[in-house]
Amino acid sequence: MLATLEQYMPHWAAVLTAAGISAGVLLGFVGVSAFLYIWAERKVSGRIQDRLGPTRTGPIGILQSLADGIKLITKEDTAPDGSDKLLFRIAPYLAFCASFTAFLALPFGKDLVSQELSTAAFFVLAVLSGEVFGVLLAGYSSGSKWALFGGVREAAQVVSYEVPRSLCVVVPVCVMGTLSLNAMGAQQTGWFWNWTAFHDPFNLLAFMVFFITATASCKRAPFDLAEAESELVAGFHTEYSGFRWSVFFLAEYASMFAVSGLACLLFLGGWHSGFLPFEPSEQFGPWAGNLLNAAVFVGKATLLVLVMMWMRWSLPRLRIDQVMTTCLKYFLPIACGLLVGVCIWQLWVQPYVGDWTKYVLSFGTLAGMVFVMAVATFGKVAPKGISEGVWAKPAL
Amino acid sequence: MNLAVVLFAAVAAVTALGAVGVAASRSMVRAGVWLLVTLAGVAGLYFLLGAEFLGAAQLIIYVGGTLVLVVFGVMITSQGPFAVLQTKRMEWVIGGLLAGGLFALLAVASMQLGQRETTEATSPAVHELGLSFLGVGQGGKSYLLPFEIVSVHLLVVLVAAAYLARAKKRVDPDGRRDPIETTLKLETLPAGSGQPNSSEARP
Repeated sequence: MLATLEQYMPHWAAVLTAAGISAGVLLGFVGVSAFLYIWAERKVSGRIQDRLGPTRTGPIGILQSLADGIKLITKEDTAPDGSDKLLFRIAPYLAFCASFTAFLALPFGKDLVSQELSTAAFFVLAVLSGEVFGVLLAGYSSGSKWALFGGVREAAQVVSYEVPRSLCVVVPVCVMGTLSLNAMGAQQTGWFWNWTAFHDPFNLLAFMVFFITATASCKRAPFDLAEAESELVAGFHTEYSGFRWSVFFLAEYASMFAVSGLACLLFLGGWHSGFLPFEPSEQFGPWAGNLLNAAVFVGKATLLVLVMMWMRWSLPRLRIDQVMTTCLKYFLPIACGLLVGVCIWQLWVQPYVGDWTKYVLSFGTLAGMVFVMAVATFGKVAPKGISEGVWAKPAL
Repeated sequence: MNLAVVLFAAVAAVTALGAVGVAASRSMVRAGVWLLVTLAGVAGLYFLLGAEFLGAAQLIIYVGGTLVLVVFGVMITSQGPFAVLQTKRMEWVIGGLLAGGLFALLAVASMQLGQRETTEATSPAVHELGLSFLGVGQGGKSYLLPFEIVSVHLLVVLVAAAYLARAKKRVDPDGRRDPIETTLKLETLPAGSGQPNSSEARP
């Protein structure tokens, strides 16, 4: 983009224009994705709880986020008397800045990234770890005990979960030998058995551990102790209302997409659909290829975000000591073990064993998913059209 | 006056402004926020100079780690709602003199360095950094051993600090723990898993 712009304007203007366009596109993407994800969250939660979810706002309630947004903007923007007003006001924006900065280094397709960094994976982890600062400040500056407890819990949780999360990122990095997300995606070109998750058993496990710890560091249920509403009212955002409150949620959905995108790039083939044995942007031309790449990437990341929602509405919340135990006593040793395992695998395993492992793991995972879906679809006899609800006979 | 100079000046000004804010603000946590501005500004300078790895490391260590711990520490230890530093006038004077002296020293030293010829070459990639760190392909000059010694030392210090901060268990002369003491401890201590900062007792 920079080279094209430089034909029409001096260098400095081209750089600034390119930066402005990238930032604008990313901001638009974050806004629109949060708009749709909030609607999806309500729909998913509704269906899981045997309700319909939003239905009145537009077709299948798709404009629900717009209605929410209008309501939130027209609400009064209050700050409690006992709060530190300045910190209270800037805390949501700090949280959002951290999540948003992660998108700068996230490639949506081959070379489709606003700033190509040779250490992109490290950079994304670094800026995402800054999000906790906004939450911590919100909790501290509110001048409320609920908010303070929420902030303290959030800090303890996020700082602990960062360790296994970063160790799990190192596992695929060991296999691919680069920290650049763009190069990682390019290395997974082709069929889906080329994805890093299927390279060896350690990577498959690392993907699962990474996904769980990433969910925890986005403070999503079952790890949402920072806003445990049954004990802390609403945790760190108890005192927030209106627009600032919604900025926290924008940040939460943005960082959900960011970690899901990172998981896709590290483990699940990035922007490759897994069914085309070549790089689409080279075969289909720049427009169609890049659009396909971006669509596949966004689709995959959205799938992971939907899994996060599914987990949120299916699993009960952990207690704070259980959250810390899960991280420090289980995930941390598991992540260290995976790292050692993948190093040994890279050093000693013969190439033909590696090839067979790839096929076994990828087709095994595929078969497992098909089996689970088949059982879920055909295995259970339920009345068609209506769901049984509370009148269902208890299973014997 | 090209774009790089303007951007450098802008980021450096923000960094310096943050540093002044740290010194001038009386609230501890506000000083922490100003420190965030400074540290993020320094990371921005690194990115501007093409040292991506250094910039990201600056962010993950200082912003994600140190600053969070600073605010976390204030939240846990402060007695009142908002911790405020009471600075005496004499402290301002002494601190100002020291800071001015240090600034003058650094300014004079950096002026005497002269202007270096800058090349457009990119900074070394991460794998080159890692290889030279391990002493591969540089005549075997390795920094691995000192680094490992420092990191193990840090780990030992952390374990020792956790051990010292842990509540002592009272032991009877005949070797059994006092049952009343133990139950009281279980009620008042958080979670028993060596996690001194969780706020709930085990039910």
